[in-house]
Amino acid sequence: MSQLKKIQYNCKKATFLIEKKMLSRITFREHIELRIHLLGCSVCRIYGKQSRIINDMVRQLFKSSMPGEAKLDESFKKELQERIEIELNKN
Amino acid sequence: MSAESNQLDPHTWVKSHADYLYAYTIKRISDEEQAKDLVQETFLAALEKVDRFEGKSSERTWLTAILKNKIIDVYRKKSSGLRKDVQAAEHEQEDFFDHDDGHWRSAYAPQAFGIEDVDHLGNKEFNNILQMCLQKLPALWMAIFTMKHMDDADTTLICSELKVTPSNFWVIIHRTKLNLRACLQRNWE
Repeated sequence: MSQLKKIQYNCKKATFLIEKKMLSRITFREHIELRIHLLGCSVCRIYGKQSRIINDMVRQLFKSSMPGEAKLDESFKKELQERIEIELNKN
Repeated sequence: MSAESNQLDPHTWVKSHADYLYAYTIKRISDEEQAKDLVQETFLAALEKVDRFEGKSSERTWLTAILKNKIIDVYRKKSSGLRKDVQAAEHEQEDFFDHDDGHWRSAYAPQAFGIEDVDHLGNKEFNNILQMCLQKLPALWMAIFTMKHMDDADTTLICSELKVTPSNFWVIIHRTKLNLRACLQRNWE
């Protein structure tokens, strides 16, 4: 397989570079390889788009404090504060 | 001490921060009992460090930092050992790409599935699926993914905390996204 064919076909490598590029730096050579690949590969273009959106959604999910989020039950909280008071009184 | 210096008031900790810390934990460790334990341990550990609080951060930020370290401890324990869950997850994506040329196999090739153009941020149904897919990840992958994406942790720090090499770190970041994306496509379409 020619060098160019290798780049054009290797979606595994391309998706790896897409992931690395979103969080860090990739080399100049990798940059060029990825560009060449994406020019000819619509599947990896979709992958890249989806992957970015997934990152945004994950971030949103973890940062938001939505109403209706998991809450502790009151009895647990009451006991917890009592436990803290006991510790405080020790000193 | 300056006037803006933050103060600690352990008498109101539970009322002010317990639900927040619990919600923070449950997103990162989807085990209710373990999450409760971690919240409790955080307060107790915090009590012992009260003297060392310098007032530079808010009470909540300070408590969250203590909790964060405890969550990393859990990740470390969960992801050490045999890592059978990793093998299963790797097996799941074995056929995604052609073994010879690395091209997507058509059965697994990403397709538009409705997240590309519509804004699903905050969509409850989608978030549920996202959480379900995150929970399917092996403990080590989930730990790395969470620390990197949610907490913006430094890659070097993650590698040393979880004992993975930098090159393995990137392999895991890639593999995690492959499985996560496939899971979302399967379940949202």
